[in-house]
Amino acid sequence: MGANYRYIGKAIKRRDAEGIVTGDAQYLDDLQFQNLLHGKVKRSPHAHALIKKVDKSKALTLPGVKTVLTWEDIPDYRGGTPRNVRILDKKVRCVGDVVALVAATTEDIAEEAIDLIDVEYEVLPAVFDIDSALAPGAPLVYDEFPGNIVPGGTIIYGPNCLKGVVRGDVDKGFAEADVISEGTFGYENIPNALPPESVGAVAVWEEPDKVTIWGTSQAPYMDKVTLFHVFNRQVEVRSIGCQVGGGFGTKFTCWQVESYAILLSRATRRPVKVMITKEEHMATFVLRVSSRIHARVGMKKDGTLTAIQGTWYVDTGYYSFTTQAQVAIGSGELMIMAQCPNWDLKNIIVATNRNASGATRGFGGQELKSSFIPILCLAMEKAGLDPFEILKKNFVKPGGGYYWRDGQWYNFRGIDYSKAMDKGAETFGWKKKWRGWLKPTAVNGTKRRGIGVGVHGNADIGEDVSEAYVQLGYNGTATIFLCVAEHGTGQKSNYVKMVAEVLQIPLERISMTPADSLVTPFEFGPVGSRGTYAIGSAVINAAEDAKRQILEMGARKLDTNPEDLDTADGVIFVKGHPEKNVKWRAMGNDRTILGYGRFDPDFTMCNCMMSFVEVEVDTETGKVDLIRVVNATDVGQIIDPPGLEGQLNGCFGAAGIDSAIFEETILDRRTGHIVNANLIDYKWRTFAELPVIDNVVLETPFPSHRFHAIGIGEISTSPGPSAVLMAASNAVGAWLYEYPVTPGRVLKSLGKIGSNLRRDQGGTE
Amino acid sequence: MAVKKTKQTTKRAFSAQTITLMVNGQVYVLDVGDSAGGVESFNTLSHTLRETLGLKGTKISCDNGACGACTVIMEGKAVLSCKILTIECDGKSITTIEGLRNPETGDLDPLQQAFVDHTAFQCGFCTPGMIMTSKALLNQNPHPTEEEVKEALSGNFCRCISHYHVVRAVMSIADKGR
Repeated sequence: MGANYRYIGKAIKRRDAEGIVTGDAQYLDDLQFQNLLHGKVKRSPHAHALIKKVDKSKALTLPGVKTVLTWEDIPDYRGGTPRNVRILDKKVRCVGDVVALVAATTEDIAEEAIDLIDVEYEVLPAVFDIDSALAPGAPLVYDEFPGNIVPGGTIIYGPNCLKGVVRGDVDKGFAEADVISEGTFGYENIPNALPPESVGAVAVWEEPDKVTIWGTSQAPYMDKVTLFHVFNRQVEVRSIGCQVGGGFGTKFTCWQVESYAILLSRATRRPVKVMITKEEHMATFVLRVSSRIHARVGMKKDGTLTAIQGTWYVDTGYYSFTTQAQVAIGSGELMIMAQCPNWDLKNIIVATNRNASGATRGFGGQELKSSFIPILCLAMEKAGLDPFEILKKNFVKPGGGYYWRDGQWYNFRGIDYSKAMDKGAETFGWKKKWRGWLKPTAVNGTKRRGIGVGVHGNADIGEDVSEAYVQLGYNGTATIFLCVAEHGTGQKSNYVKMVAEVLQIPLERISMTPADSLVTPFEFGPVGSRGTYAIGSAVINAAEDAKRQILEMGARKLDTNPEDLDTADGVIFVKGHPEKNVKWRAMGNDRTILGYGRFDPDFTMCNCMMSFVEVEVDTETGKVDLIRVVNATDVGQIIDPPGLEGQLNGCFGAAGIDSAIFEETILDRRTGHIVNANLIDYKWRTFAELPVIDNVVLETPFPSHRFHAIGIGEISTSPGPSAVLMAASNAVGAWLYEYPVTPGRVLKSLGKIGSNLRRDQGGTE
Repeated sequence: MAVKKTKQTTKRAFSAQTITLMVNGQVYVLDVGDSAGGVESFNTLSHTLRETLGLKGTKISCDNGACGACTVIMEGKAVLSCKILTIECDGKSITTIEGLRNPETGDLDPLQQAFVDHTAFQCGFCTPGMIMTSKALLNQNPHPTEEEVKEALSGNFCRCISHYHVVRAVMSIADKGR
């Protein structure tokens, strides 16, 4: 808004636009490989069992089958956090867990071979939810995790990784409170972020210890790092990213499927592709963590928080890779939205016999808040307070702070988001519509309207390390070396904009390397909302470093000081005297100018999004329709208007707002089978049911990088679910306790049907 | 799940047969059977387009007729290529996303250009299916209402939520000459 930029903030055609609309953009499954074999996974029909015997003789005699691998054929390679999950094990821990891997000349032959592998199991008792997993004497998912409690903390967040929040004196806090609320709420419907492209990898093994993988990963460089550890630090991985058909965080955890391709390629000495089907994607790949909290909240009459105390139960499924990280981030995020002097928030990570939970947009915070905000609502209801005012009041402001993932306290140096929230409330008409707790805004026959509000903020905008090179070409060109796979946000095109802005050269004179770990420096990947500030900073720093070098070259040629020079369109000139100039070409075609940029973590700022929702409940059928959504945020500086709008509209998809209305993964808690692992039975929002949406975006400059911008995309899914629960409860006039607000739950809350619905069993009604 | 191979029947029953497809204006005569480059009885049209003809622009997501990613136009109508066996398409005329460019000039189809101009995609995986569904609609009904566009696209799964941009892009074409 303020600054006058040549490219930043302009709607400019995405670099991959033509490829996408013509079908030329190459996703993993579109790549061609010579001599390629196809890998398939033999999966367990049991939720918990020991593999007593595997007979692969019939499968091996099928023409075209090149190898069959079981746990007996491979070394003790492990992943997960802690690193305790074998790629192939003699025990299976969920329906769909891997039993054997097959490589064959065609997919059909590999599939046929899968059916020819005979497996003898000893079936074990299993646990499918938090209660049964924590019950005394419960069957153990891992012998090394007594009580099915997974150790907290993750090594990548350091030795003091945040494992909970302890601060001040909660007894004193509760004594000071005017109202205290207490309750247990869950967000246990394990929705699936569900990118349209499923998960896969192609591996090409090279003796004795090298492998190249092409994957669907949204963080290719981190796969190199993860797989290095999985393969006992004995394998050198080159990781190449492709166009990614949606990730939403989940494609940060492709390591298992990649490992299958690597093992099969090593066994066959041929390129092997493993691409899991949509059914496998939905039944065996990562879900949101299942979250439940029992907590007490102390609040003063004016909404000031005095104490938060509770235990957060997190069901991670059969293993964890990022769950401890999600617990750390989620806890910090709760502090960001609920500024309070006294805390005692514990957590317990529980292993159960279903497929694993993993990174998903909202990364712990969405799950925790969707469970916690209803308890906060009970306090606000008791005190008779407007939730918009109280969520605004308690969100971190300059002068506030929070513990973050490394266990350190950070004083917040971002902006006051109140202005954006006020603007959102005004656009939504909150003040006019709010009638008080459990009161509908309008009643028309059997239809009742209700409104709700939620908020979320994440300090991950400055998380983790990024590195980039920018190389200048003597002809006035530049090349960005960066390991980013485009997964839909348009950020690759934004990095081109940033470099073009720094160097003042046309966009079309800038190239970018593929995301190839052999070519680029380290990159954590566009996860969370770190793309704009963290990755952007590395790219900007690299461009500025390159610019500094070429100005030094120009200073020598023009016999002046670099500080007196600037450059535009491949020409270096004396500021104020553009006639005194020299072209970049003067560096000669036998010289490389290579700028290096790095971003080191900065947890002192967070993003913020407030979502206002209006729902209409049909009291006859129990159906809840989303009528209107207003998202309010401040991003410092818009880089790409249409891309930003798309990210904010993403609030519905990827297990976001709709996870409060109709999205859920339905786990049969008797057998451990997921019964809606297909795109017909798993409900998703269609074009025919689009609510009215408005995105309010302010641009208050941030002390981030030279364009004063921060990222927002990740969190757009997160404020919505609790807002919907609030809105539906207000419409109905009674508290709804569970996600999603299915017709059955609505009718039950209206007293129209009996209470034989099973509580805490998300979806199994 | 993939249809299981029944090798004996496919090979013997159809070994001397061919089928003819007209794809993007080009005629393909394909052997029926398990010869290289042939069509087996269980091959879906999406598989044949991608793996046999190399037209990778058609995407496969659910492979089960639920998501619309594999939509192509056959005899003027939008069809789900993952739910059609190729051997059922003998003599049919098919247009895929690769066939939309103007064959003379190489220019993008106006609808493709509208998707570019409105950034009507994020990850882009569902985009070819969205464009083919919209194209079939516009061919049959050049000036649809917004409701008709939404209805036509209601079988197309998009998880990034580019729906609003897609509707704008399609309506920009639908409104032309109204």
